[in-house]
Amino acid sequence: MPHGTLSLLYTFHFYLFGLIAIVSALLFVTRKSPVAAALWLVNTMFCLAALFVLLDAQFIGALQVIVYAGAIMVVFLFVIMLLNLGKAPPADIRGIGWKLAAGAVGIAIVADVLAVTRAKTPALLTLPAGFEANQIATTGAVAPIALPLFNQYLLAFEITSVLLLAAIVGAVVVGRQRGEDLAR
Amino acid sequence: MLAEALFFSAVLFAIGVFGVLIRRNAIIVFMCVELMLNAVNLSFVAFAQSYGATGQVFVFFVMTVAAAEAAVGLAIIIALFRHRPTVDLKNINLLKG
Repeated sequence: MPHGTLSLLYTFHFYLFGLIAIVSALLFVTRKSPVAAALWLVNTMFCLAALFVLLDAQFIGALQVIVYAGAIMVVFLFVIMLLNLGKAPPADIRGIGWKLAAGAVGIAIVADVLAVTRAKTPALLTLPAGFEANQIATTGAVAPIALPLFNQYLLAFEITSVLLLAAIVGAVVVGRQRGEDLAR
Repeated sequence: MLAEALFFSAVLFAIGVFGVLIRRNAIIVFMCVELMLNAVNLSFVAFAQSYGATGQVFVFFVMTVAAAEAAVGLAIIIALFRHRPTVDLKNINLLKG
């Protein structure tokens, strides 16, 4: 995407996917059925993937679709199915007091984040416009992530493998059958 | 597009907080946490466009942590459900004292 001249088409799609993401997220928190909520959340994640691609992060956009929408949300849907929660559940939305408090907290967070992002960052840190796009054009979309990941952040990368192993062991231990079911 | 992306990110994060506060279904509360993680990822990617690809590396780590969290959290929900067949948070208050 050429940066000095942001085309109208680019801007239009950016706002379009952003608005679809926000509307889907609002529908997601207000749906009663967990299955409907999960599917609206998948829609939000697809729109976020589109925004990632528009922001010159094609690899992250692909990961978003494969890992979040494709794997994590499928696990959520499997658990909803296992617990048989798909059919008309009793209303679980809290009362009006909670809604007002939650609305106030939400508005406060948006205002806070917007106020913080107004602060100017030093020009020294800022890359020239179009730097990322040029880098992707010359080295591909994966190399700009892979180089820091396997050099500067190699230790953190190796530690995530320990984290995932611990999560697998933890999930198996917590989720297994207990007592007489185990003996069968 | 940094300002617009940060605005969308802030709104999505606030919707996630809103959902955690108003819902009592444990699975939906959990999905709201995922929504908040996604909103932060959007901020990281938007900043990565202006300040270098390190932000995208952090998105990678956030996704790993989210996957681990989903596995353990859903296992906890299944264990709770086996103990008492409900996912309504008002019935899950053993640690409230």
